[in-house]
Amino acid sequence: MADGKATMGAANNGNPRNEAAVPGPLLRVPLLFLTVFVIASCGLIYELVAGTLASYLLGDSVMQFSTVIGVYLSAMGLGSYLSRHLHKGLAQRFVDLELAVALVGGFSAPILFQAFAHTHAFRPLLYGLVAAIGTLVGLEIPLLMRILKPQVAFKDLIAQVLTLDYIGALAASILFPVLLMPKLGLVRTCLAFGMLNALVGLWSTHLLKPLLGNRKMLRLRCVVVLLLLGTGLAFAKTFTLMVEEEIYADEIVYAKDTDYQRVVITHGRGSFQLFLNGGLQFSSADEYRYHEALVHPAFSLKPGAKRILVCGGGDGLAVREILKHPGVEKITLVDLDPAMTTLAAKMPLLRELNKGALLDRRVEVVNQDAMVWLNEQRHLEPYDLAFIDFPDPHTYSVGKLYTTRFYKLLRRALAPDGITAIQSTSPLMARKSFWCINATVEAAGFQTRPYNLSVPSFGVWGFVLASPAPFDMPKTTLPDLRYLTDGTLAAMFAFPRDMDRLPTDINRLDNQVLVHLYAAEWKRWS
Amino acid sequence: MRRRTFAAGTAALGLAGIGCDRFKRRRHYGGEILGPSLELGHKVRDVQLPQPTAFEDIDVIIVGGGIAGLSAAWRFEGQGFKKYLLLELESQVGGTSRSGGNGISAYPWGAHYVPAPNRDNRALVRILQEVGAVESFTAQGDPIFTEQSMVRAPEERIFAAGQWWEGLYLRAGMTKEDDLQYKRFFNEVDAWVTWRDPQGRRAFTIPRSKCSDAPEPQALDRQSFKQWLDKRSFSSERLLWLLDYACRDDYGTRLESTSAWAGLFYFAARKLNPGEESRPIIAWPEGNGALVNHLKTICQERIRTGIAVSQILRVSPDSIQVSGFDAKSSTALGWKAKRVIFAGPQHLAQHVIPTLWTERPEGVTAFHVAPWMVANISLRERPKEAGMPLAWDNVLRDSDGLGYVVATHQSYRDHGPTVWTYYYPFTGLDDRAERSLLQGMDWQTCANLVLDDLRKAHPDLDRYVARVDIVQWGHAMVQPRPNFLFSEALRRAKEPHQGIHFAHTDLSGLALFEEAQDHGLRAAEEILTAFGIVSPTWR
Repeated sequence: MADGKATMGAANNGNPRNEAAVPGPLLRVPLLFLTVFVIASCGLIYELVAGTLASYLLGDSVMQFSTVIGVYLSAMGLGSYLSRHLHKGLAQRFVDLELAVALVGGFSAPILFQAFAHTHAFRPLLYGLVAAIGTLVGLEIPLLMRILKPQVAFKDLIAQVLTLDYIGALAASILFPVLLMPKLGLVRTCLAFGMLNALVGLWSTHLLKPLLGNRKMLRLRCVVVLLLLGTGLAFAKTFTLMVEEEIYADEIVYAKDTDYQRVVITHGRGSFQLFLNGGLQFSSADEYRYHEALVHPAFSLKPGAKRILVCGGGDGLAVREILKHPGVEKITLVDLDPAMTTLAAKMPLLRELNKGALLDRRVEVVNQDAMVWLNEQRHLEPYDLAFIDFPDPHTYSVGKLYTTRFYKLLRRALAPDGITAIQSTSPLMARKSFWCINATVEAAGFQTRPYNLSVPSFGVWGFVLASPAPFDMPKTTLPDLRYLTDGTLAAMFAFPRDMDRLPTDINRLDNQVLVHLYAAEWKRWS
Repeated sequence: MRRRTFAAGTAALGLAGIGCDRFKRRRHYGGEILGPSLELGHKVRDVQLPQPTAFEDIDVIIVGGGIAGLSAAWRFEGQGFKKYLLLELESQVGGTSRSGGNGISAYPWGAHYVPAPNRDNRALVRILQEVGAVESFTAQGDPIFTEQSMVRAPEERIFAAGQWWEGLYLRAGMTKEDDLQYKRFFNEVDAWVTWRDPQGRRAFTIPRSKCSDAPEPQALDRQSFKQWLDKRSFSSERLLWLLDYACRDDYGTRLESTSAWAGLFYFAARKLNPGEESRPIIAWPEGNGALVNHLKTICQERIRTGIAVSQILRVSPDSIQVSGFDAKSSTALGWKAKRVIFAGPQHLAQHVIPTLWTERPEGVTAFHVAPWMVANISLRERPKEAGMPLAWDNVLRDSDGLGYVVATHQSYRDHGPTVWTYYYPFTGLDDRAERSLLQGMDWQTCANLVLDDLRKAHPDLDRYVARVDIVQWGHAMVQPRPNFLFSEALRRAKEPHQGIHFAHTDLSGLALFEEAQDHGLRAAEEILTAFGIVSPTWR
């Protein structure tokens, strides 16, 4: 404590005891001021990255930014306070500090993404990392000022350092949304600024030469840190799916290889998107159109439906629409991938969008291949309605879910007058595929009424409404929907000439003609 | 450039320890050799088993519970004739069509499919109808099979040049000449599909008993398939590979050791009309074990398993003495039957029917039977792969094995644990030597052979393998070698001998389900007729 007081005293009365033992114009002061600018930018970038990442992953950006900024600033205060405990070899401490900021800050985004995908400790880790970075950054300026103090008059020192500190922050705050996020993305921005911090460290070994002893070791350390971050950057390019990033228009905020598929969530321009194996499942901007169209026409025919089956639809958005009907007593959701349904139930971003639908007590989630599940249900209490919401038939394993066999199994699970609505790809982009699905449903013993609507992020999209018994056109729907009205409901059943019915083969389990048809048709659009 | 950054990324992955999975030690897997029970079988051959002192009277004894024996019993049951007993050496019936199962799936231990029959093959249509595989019939009387009974797409794929391709015939990289020869070969096949003898019989149809025995098709049997192909200048490597694969797959022979008749039979017998696609395939997770299980439930009460028949001897014009040995209770059992159906292989017939040897000595050397190894590989997960996905039948081009069939394919399961049934025929000319070679292989040697072969296509297979179980079939498939199918030895082997009727695929020279079934029905109907029971034939 005595030492600490003395240091403080020294700083106050301008009589250095431990530091700046070598006074005089040996340091290149203007260049050192430039480092202030750089480290100030870096510091703000980490804060922005953490705030953005948290609001992407957890939703509620006001809350996330407020808490991240709060923790970060208070940690900076802590860092500044702790700087008084540093006495000897300030120049070397400064270089080490830069390396520490480089490592912790630089790797913060990749670590947080991994933690979000693979652990339950995202929040503690988020605030822990923000606090650590804040503390380290809080140490930087006091330390640098103490190093510069013998060289510059105090009032100039304060003025220059703080000016550059704030201007550096301004530069970062403009660069981040305009250039860095769109061009580099969160992970690589973070790693790149980590490298910048490490470069400042390396550069400082040159600028602070007179104050440093053995510079070789110090420089070696800088190079190691740079290499680590550099490797991380290369790694980010392949592993966090640069290849994919080129496919996806927006920032990838979540990517995971589950046992069954690759789940990717991207975020940008005020909405987010879910992709399975590269295929868009929904965009939060217009998914309501799709899911209202999937769910409510069937309900219009059977408003009192109690038992509902959903095949696919692990995102919980169809269930959200189904739950708008108060008569529903039981929903069985059969989706292959437990990772998907868990994500839909727990990830704040998705849970907010599906209004916690999968947590409703009426919902039973079964994680099984829907065809295997249906095949094994022999004495099932029949369902009033079934919603079939699978990805498009781009592989044989999905294609089998569009065969006569599947629809016959489905018919077995439905009440004799039950209704099903089946997502059936785009009748415009894949016209033959669409009508092949319709013909296959008919061949399985259903009456069908196909319909379509426009979902901007997909294009013109089609569904097949079907029942084992004859049924009327749906006429009325719920009052407070965003897309559907009684008028739009009726309009969906009209098909313009360029999407009208074509003669097609039937998609059977032993031929799977649809997979080939679908691939050929979509090839024209890619 | 991209490649280099990727390499750097991979290095980092290793350094970071995230990729440590790929450096994990190979996991250990279990497994065993599950049969057949050679010990009891060889006792019949080598040891004097105790003779029974009492003989139970019965009308008919069926010796052997493979498809032929079960089909004979099925025919009897269909007639309401129940005074028979079926004796099987193994602990379960089914022969090379039997199946097994574990927590993952049921799986075949041998024969695993039947081609969808047309209306002419009435017996097969009948049993398929019984197991619910027939949905309805066309106006012409041809069966329409249920969607789920047929192999679901994709049916087959082939691993060649480092990747999987759709289908069995490799089209990628095919030259114009390859294509021409391929078409020319199938034109030759179609010519035989159209061909009829003066009585209007086809050259090739199923079962073989309905094929023409006119000189033209007989002439095909006097040459090897290879000679027939050479004479017609077929040289396309990929075509010859396909035909050789067909021989190995259906007969356990090579182009050189297959009769040209059998080679053409494979392609022509299942087509009703020229130009037709070959018939769709009907398969179950447990293979033809599904049909075995069906037959078993029909005649369950009259099946005795674990019984080695040591001698069949006619003691009076109307009494055949059958001596058996019950392995479980170590007791000798005896029956006196009016008639016997010997539904076992020919090599066994020579041992247990002492009078056969003297009357038909040529029978001993005429039959060549290929040994096969079948492995069931239980996988915890499926190997990750890109490109053409897992099919029902998965064939490796550069391999002596025949590839593997996926047991879970027919139960719609495309994810998670599965069982692969791997087939390896021993096709060498000296089938006795091949047999000792196979029977000398211990479990680890067998498992290594299987996994070494599969690693060519699945380098990371080891980390998914939970078990490798093996069956060594010493006598798996009779080989249709040249000059055998129309031989005197084969013709005589079918004839009843002192009240003993014969039924087995050996007697067709073609180891097919349909042939076993046809011989079983023939033998049963021969006896029903002898007993004065008249009824329309099922054949």
